[in-house]
Amino acid sequence: MAEFLQLVFSGLTVGAVYALVALGFTLIYNASDVINFAQGDFVMIGGMGTVFLAAAGIALPLAALMAIVGAVIVGLLLHRLAIEPARGASPVALIMITIGASIFIKGIAQVVFDKQFHSLPAFSGDTPIQVGGATILPQSLWVMGVALGLFVALYLFLEKTLLGKALLATAANRLAARLVGVNVTIILALAFGVSAAIGAIAGVVVTPITLTRYDVGTMFALKGFAAAMVGGMGNPLGAVVGGLLIGLLEAFGAGYISSTYKDAVAFVVILLVLFFLPRGLFGGRSVERV
Amino acid sequence: MRTSVTGRWALRAVALAAAISTSLGSSFALAADPVKIGSVVSATGPAAFLGDPEAKTLKLYVEELNKKGGLLGRPVELVLYDDGGDANKAKTFATRLVEDDKVVAMVGGTTTGTTMAMIPVFEDAKVPFISLAGAIEIIEPVREFVFKTPHTDKTACQKIFEDMKAKGFTKIGMISGTDGFGKSMRAQCLKVIGDYGITVLVDENYGASDSDMTPQLNKIKNTAGIQAVLNPGFGQGPAIVTRNYAQLGITLPLYESHGVASKSYVDLAGPAADGVRLPAPALLVADKLAADDRQKAVVMEYKTIYEKATGQPVSTFGGYAFDGMQLMVKAIETAKSTDPQKIRDALENTKDYVGVTGIYTMSAKDHLGLGTDSFRLLLIKGGDWVIEGK
Repeated sequence: MAEFLQLVFSGLTVGAVYALVALGFTLIYNASDVINFAQGDFVMIGGMGTVFLAAAGIALPLAALMAIVGAVIVGLLLHRLAIEPARGASPVALIMITIGASIFIKGIAQVVFDKQFHSLPAFSGDTPIQVGGATILPQSLWVMGVALGLFVALYLFLEKTLLGKALLATAANRLAARLVGVNVTIILALAFGVSAAIGAIAGVVVTPITLTRYDVGTMFALKGFAAAMVGGMGNPLGAVVGGLLIGLLEAFGAGYISSTYKDAVAFVVILLVLFFLPRGLFGGRSVERV
Repeated sequence: MRTSVTGRWALRAVALAAAISTSLGSSFALAADPVKIGSVVSATGPAAFLGDPEAKTLKLYVEELNKKGGLLGRPVELVLYDDGGDANKAKTFATRLVEDDKVVAMVGGTTTGTTMAMIPVFEDAKVPFISLAGAIEIIEPVREFVFKTPHTDKTACQKIFEDMKAKGFTKIGMISGTDGFGKSMRAQCLKVIGDYGITVLVDENYGASDSDMTPQLNKIKNTAGIQAVLNPGFGQGPAIVTRNYAQLGITLPLYESHGVASKSYVDLAGPAADGVRLPAPALLVADKLAADDRQKAVVMEYKTIYEKATGQPVSTFGGYAFDGMQLMVKAIETAKSTDPQKIRDALENTKDYVGVTGIYTMSAKDHLGLGTDSFRLLLIKGGDWVIEGK
């Protein structure tokens, strides 16, 4: 029982990290059908920015805030300088642009920051909490809590606010949205800015667990993308459930089968889900007719 | 007025004398041809953290050597190329060193990849080549003209197992990274573990970018009879393993590899690193070495000179280059010749050379010549290193 519980805790910790990254994908996808592969790099900027600002003597909460603002600026620049000029391009071309941007951000980060791994102190200490013979770190609870908070905020924003609805309308039909008076350019910029903020917040809370370096964005983007796909791209609930599911699968795979097949176990399940539910667990059931 | 004219004349005379002496000087230099030593390192690119201190060390050392009068009464010329971590470029530069620059010896090859690409060139040209790269494949099987200075994973494994044996541990758990370093070290360890009567009860692994290893460690924790745990790995993985180890409250001794023998590992792992043991080169603990330690003098000297000249903290990688150049220079002095064949023979007969990395004794069968005494077994205590035993 203790072992099972330990694996659950491990899975939830890792899963919450994936869920946080997956949430970041949601907004930009909703607004523009673009899967932003630079999302992982927002996570990196949040983490690395906080590490370096804190090292410069700025108090941790303020350093985190400044890093998040920095990531938002990068997100807006990404939209203004890379996505906006390619306005008419297909989503596939835009996705390629984000991959290029991701490589570019990593290159800049190597120069602005450095090439070493860094860590942040855990928010509430390193003493593990004992539950039924298993242990969990207080920081894991922080990650789960922040993932939950962001999920609720994002859900309310998309479903309950006019701005959120304008965003969904832009995604559904850009021309129609413009006709009813939605400023599409501003909406898209907003999506990039808020996504960057979500990524950077994730970066701040996960860094004490995962550590950070200029190139951690790649891993985050891949796992977060997988989580978002399993859950149903564009659905905040799907992002959270998908992230937790992959985290738990990896933990059980490593704990009960073999650590060699840990990733294989997770990916087999992802393939099965996508085979039977091509739009993910919570994706819309609509079928496009041509 | 008159004095100023004399002054002008005097100036001209000095200038003339200076001109004569410079031209004389250069003709002397022409008379004594420089000893050309070649080098190809990865001073830029992904392996720059290895190659940069190597390049700086080589330049620094050759400068020092020339200040002391050079080699065999001749100045030494270092022909240095930067391959940027690209094996193809390394091979091209190696060919250029042999065919155009006509070097008599070579010290370089930052990564295993670039070294393996250059080996055929120097083997064909019969020019002695001291590599600065890690893999054991460079010297096993032994190649006539190829040597290397960095210790191998095998030596590190042996050092760890020696300590385990001395402490009476016979059953251990292993958790290795699946990156190149972790894989190679795990294989080397499993090859020699039998010599020490130790068996592995649980053999787990983790991906290089994984952020939680508690499931694997939990398995080790729940396996009865394990007395110690070994973690061959590189990068951030071992730091996370160490943290998870503390989180799960595992009290068995934990051994890390030489791959994380650096201050940054201790910083990343935090208080969880307390009580961890790992093998490390003497350079890491230069100021903590006992006064009667044979390596103390050479290690301190290299550290002082390097840090003074570059303003950067010394690294083990630069130490490999220092030892490589020093071994080559010693071999040329012993051979009293710049004939590559004779240098090679002298190199192979290196006995008891005390270097920064360790004490080298080479033979026809061993072109590395380092034993387990080239590592110190360190214990981490309160965020600092403590040298354990010998």
